[in-house]
Amino acid sequence: MHENKMADTENKPVIFGSASPGRRGEDTILIRVAGIWRMGEPLPGAQDVLDRAGDLSGIRHAVFDASEIVSWDSSLATFLAAFFRECERRGIQADPQGLPPGVQRLLRLAAAFGGRMDAKRPEPGRTFLDLAGERSIDFSRSFFDLLEFIGSAALSLARLARGRARFRLTELVHVLQQSGPNALPIIFLISALVGVILAFVGAVQLKMFEAQVYIADVVGIAMAREMGPMMTAIIMMGRTGAAFAAHLGTMETNEEIDAFRTWGIDPMEFLVLPRMIALVVMMPLLTIYADLIGILGGALVGVSMFDLSLPQYLDQTRAALTLTQFGIGLSKSIVFGIIIAISGCFYGMRCGRSASAVGEATTRSVVAGIVFIVVADGVFAVITNALWI
Amino acid sequence: MNKDMNRGREHPISVHDVTVSYDGTTVLSDIGFQVRQGEIFVVMGGSGSGKSTLMKAMVGLLQPARGRVLYDGTSFWETKPDVRRHILRHIGVLYQRGALWSSMTLAENVALPLEEFTGLKSGEIRDLVSFKLSLVGLSGFENSYPSEISGGMMKRAALARAMALDPEILFFDEPSAGLDPVSARLLDELILELRENLHTTIVVITHDLESIFTIADTSIFLDSADRTMIAWGNPRVLLEQSEDPRVRRFLTRGRPESTPEG
Repeated sequence: MHENKMADTENKPVIFGSASPGRRGEDTILIRVAGIWRMGEPLPGAQDVLDRAGDLSGIRHAVFDASEIVSWDSSLATFLAAFFRECERRGIQADPQGLPPGVQRLLRLAAAFGGRMDAKRPEPGRTFLDLAGERSIDFSRSFFDLLEFIGSAALSLARLARGRARFRLTELVHVLQQSGPNALPIIFLISALVGVILAFVGAVQLKMFEAQVYIADVVGIAMAREMGPMMTAIIMMGRTGAAFAAHLGTMETNEEIDAFRTWGIDPMEFLVLPRMIALVVMMPLLTIYADLIGILGGALVGVSMFDLSLPQYLDQTRAALTLTQFGIGLSKSIVFGIIIAISGCFYGMRCGRSASAVGEATTRSVVAGIVFIVVADGVFAVITNALWI
Repeated sequence: MNKDMNRGREHPISVHDVTVSYDGTTVLSDIGFQVRQGEIFVVMGGSGSGKSTLMKAMVGLLQPARGRVLYDGTSFWETKPDVRRHILRHIGVLYQRGALWSSMTLAENVALPLEEFTGLKSGEIRDLVSFKLSLVGLSGFENSYPSEISGGMMKRAALARAMALDPEILFFDEPSAGLDPVSARLLDELILELRENLHTTIVVITHDLESIFTIADTSIFLDSADRTMIAWGNPRVLLEQSEDPRVRRFLTRGRPESTPEG
């Protein structure tokens, strides 16, 4: 431990950094800076030092005596920066001449960049209302952006129908492969389990009436109308929608989408259209697959645990299921496919340019996509109810 | 009319009073200059001075809030979409990170504009692609993906793509960014050769002093505080004659005789 004694008799000996007002001239005050300045130790406050100097009227300049500094680090620079500001506030001009040269350089450097750092600071005093307002404006802006996106997607579909849209066939084949065959294992697993769960839920109730054979009706109708399309859509949103958002987001970050635009190539046709087509084609196929697997899952429970024979179960399913039920499920799956493609591509294409932007875009697309899927399912429920189907 | 067209040919690009804003904040104001046919025109300035923003307004990515960008006398942002597409066909852009389409091979990257905009047969396209790739020293990499090659090679491949349709104007966004000094100088030489051999008009956005003094015929300096251009001329002339301390500080940065403290 260093013991540092101050020459000034009015001060006690100090161990750690100290600053104190010393001798004064007509319009000048001398500030003694002494001791060991180390981060984490108690240090004087800029305001205190000036307050201790007593009446400062008439003082126009501050000079420093640093001859008794033992060692220093950034804590001295921080203190001095605050001290200079305080001096400026009180109309005193502080002259850094007497300070160690290293500190002077640091202070100059900080002053050179200080202004810019200030400029980036958010303005203070933002209330809850300000934040709520900003959020609402952001929300409405992204809502209109989404409408615009859907509009231009529709226009490129129209161009496709007239044979004027252009995209690479290999891109379409690649997306078809990604979103179709590659998704089969996970859809198998989830649909089989959903079928099993539905069978158990139904069986508990139906067993009370000795009506286990109707497990087939419950599973068949629920899979074809609701769970088949819905579970497929949620899996595809998490799998393929997220992949679309991540892929397009990376392309945006990497300026690849700008590169399309500066060639006069519409990224809507080139990137979004093949993804929409792929999902509109694949979703119904995957849904039929999910329906069948779910029904087989239900049959597994019915046959192995509730004394039904397989032909009996399948006959019962065939009797319960009508083409209308399948039709409703398939129409849903097409709508869900469009929702997945749009929300994946929309959030991907408006991805920012920072390192975290792609992750954020992906998360947003999945959350928004799942919300839209459930909302759309609700709308379907209301419509089919109104139509008595 | 005739006079106008001549003026257009002499100055393939002219920018008049362009002001660009993002969300109501002006990031560039009152930019105006002309680029002569066949010259290398450098837009220089520090980080955040709006160089890349200016390029975006010139290549059709960001509509200016005010002002006009004229290509051969046609105002880009005021003309019909078809004409705009026609103008874009004659412009090539090399992006800062290359911006090669990552799901396509180098050959497919270079071939795409040819497939889109020319009626060439696939064999002819293949030959052209090989030729363009060999111009930038990438023969034999036709079937590599962008992720399989180095940053310098990516930029050269992107240059081959930018040159695919023999553009009359080439834009380079920070060509030396992310490259080692040797690759950066090689790219400078390539830019000079392009101008020599193909008489392409070239606009380069950069803050690399060595590049600026090596390649620039004319330059403008954008200031980050004022958000506008404060100098226009050959950089060597500016270095000797400019009285603006900001321009001098930028152009003498790193030189021993005027090194600022630190």
